[in-house]
Amino acid sequence: MNILVCISKSPDTTSKIAFTEGNSKFDENGVQYIVNPYDEWYALVRALELKETIGGNVTIITVGNAGDEAIIRKALAIGADNAVRIDAEPTDAYFVATQIAAYAKKNAFDLVLTGKETINYNGSQVGGMIAEHLELPYVSLASKLDVAGNVVTLEQEIVGGLQVVEVNTPVVVSCAKGMAEQRIPNMRGIMAARTKPLEVIAPESIELFTQYETYQLPDAKKACTMIDPANMESLVELLHNEAKVI
Amino acid sequence: MKTLVFINSNHFAAKASLEVITYAKKLGGEVVAVTYGSQEGADQLGAYGASKVLVDNSLTVADEQQITKLVASAVESTGATTVIFSHDLVAKAVAPRLSVKLKAGLISGAIALPETGNGFTCKVNVFSGKAFATVSVKTDIKIISLLPNSIQPENIGGSAVVESFNANVGASAIKVVSTKKPEGSIPLPEAELVVSAGRGLKGPENWGMVEELATALGAATACSRPVADIGWRPHHEHVGQTGVAIRPNLYIAAGISGAIQHLAGVNGSKVIVVINSDPEAPFFKAADYGVVGDAFDVLPKLTEAIKKFKNAN
Ligand SMILES: Cc1cc2nc3c(=O)[nH]c(=O)nc-3n(C[C@H](O)[C@H](O)[C@H](O)COP(=O)(O)OP(=O)(O)OC[C@H]3O[C@@H](n4cnc5c(N)ncnc54)[C@H](O)[C@@H]3O)c2cc1C
Repeated sequence: MNILVCISKSPDTTSKIAFTEGNSKFDENGVQYIVNPYDEWYALVRALELKETIGGNVTIITVGNAGDEAIIRKALAIGADNAVRIDAEPTDAYFVATQIAAYAKKNAFDLVLTGKETINYNGSQVGGMIAEHLELPYVSLASKLDVAGNVVTLEQEIVGGLQVVEVNTPVVVSCAKGMAEQRIPNMRGIMAARTKPLEVIAPESIELFTQYETYQLPDAKKACTMIDPANMESLVELLHNEAKVI
Repeated sequence: MKTLVFINSNHFAAKASLEVITYAKKLGGEVVAVTYGSQEGADQLGAYGASKVLVDNSLTVADEQQITKLVASAVESTGATTVIFSHDLVAKAVAPRLSVKLKAGLISGAIALPETGNGFTCKVNVFSGKAFATVSVKTDIKIISLLPNSIQPENIGGSAVVESFNANVGASAIKVVSTKKPEGSIPLPEAELVVSAGRGLKGPENWGMVEELATALGAATACSRPVADIGWRPHHEHVGQTGVAIRPNLYIAAGISGAIQHLAGVNGSKVIVVINSDPEAPFFKAADYGVVGDAFDVLPKLTEAIKKFKNAN
């Protein structure tokens, strides 16, 4: 089984979110980057589990600049076999998906996995876009993934419930909670990651569809109104008359 | 100018559907809706601003690749220049596909109407609700996927013609083996009122009082991540940065400390009520109303007060 796992970097979940250059850029000052949790915990770990049971190869791919080496090595330390970095600024989901699809077209993958979404842009777009580029079926927000021969069985969230589906490889899947458990890389993995192949390739030139122009922080919350725990009638009264939510 | 709105099969009365029709109507031009399956009830969309509803009755179930073809062919036949989705699980798979198929820029997770004075820009949620971004679209056709609960549906008393529309989308590559839909529960992302609880509830056997409050309010239930991880509650209730992000009108959190990753999923809520025994719990900083007290004591009292209020109103 030849598996491609798309990984993205995202700021650590505790990062302070701020912007610079007239609110047009994310302020990276003091920000620690991690592998986007959905990509790491679910997509990558499930790919490794499949490889361990049925054999195969796990390639990770990211669109980003040289500074992304650290998160690539982290993913290799967890167990991916080799890595590809498309050397470009990941300006929007369409750009990223189009670059990855171009690479995937030239290499036969049975499974292309992404995380459910990134925790910084929350778009949930890349998987669907890759699938359309490759004209493949796409199963989004899968919480289970099993493979028997060329049949992939998945459990996925649907509006108001869950469904189990079957699809033949090749297929694109976005991975959500339930699919696997986080793995912490061990010392051997970290050492091995240093010498695993990392291929850097130039991006294709493509037209930009969207652009993030400016950013804005939400307004500061006003101070919290404290309510006497013995008097829940007053809370209900405030929710009705002041907040007008019930 | 024409706007095409995709409506999930048989979802003509769903609030999320009415929201996207209202949103499309506010863009100014003619609004056409497209859906598949039964057309029963499709004319309801007229009241909110759709002048036409296209229904592909040849499909009863459809995968996202088929839906993409259906919407693309409706764009072609109507000449629509804007396509609107409600940002739900179907749209998260269809809208990106459509973006590639039509070479149309996609705004994913919009929370407001676009500005069209200077180009075409729209506000979206980014950094898991910790910030907003203004995104511009450069392509002729624009696709917007609107976060639920971003706009209030408005009945303007119009009417719609319902037409059958066969898009010939071909067979599905995906075989549905089984489907599980819990009866009667409110889907969390669409819920206007949410009652949520965390590790402070001490064990799954204590969730009765959370559910009673939710039932009294007509609210959906949610939980913090550790609670879903230990299996006290199902995974789909996990809200936060690595769970579901929600933006209800009211979010009541009991026994949840308010870690930054939890807040990331709920900070879009209009009003937050926090019930916590620890007056130093970080959640109070993000709350509108706070109750320092034991959830085991406060939750039943609040349920009683809600019931009294509902009976009186
Ligand atoms: C990368 C990453 C991603 C994460 N993603 C998420 C996420 O998506 N969602 C999420 O929720 N968490 C997430 N977390 C975990 C998060 O950091 C917190 O650990 C978690 O939210 C804490 O859950 P809790 O508030 O239920 O439990 P605790 O932190 O244990 O808090 C329990 C609270 O209950 C109060 N309490 C105790 N007894 C009572 C009582 N009788 N009555 C009233 N109050 C009581 C306590 O004072 C305390 O404030 C993430 C963490 C990381 C590192």
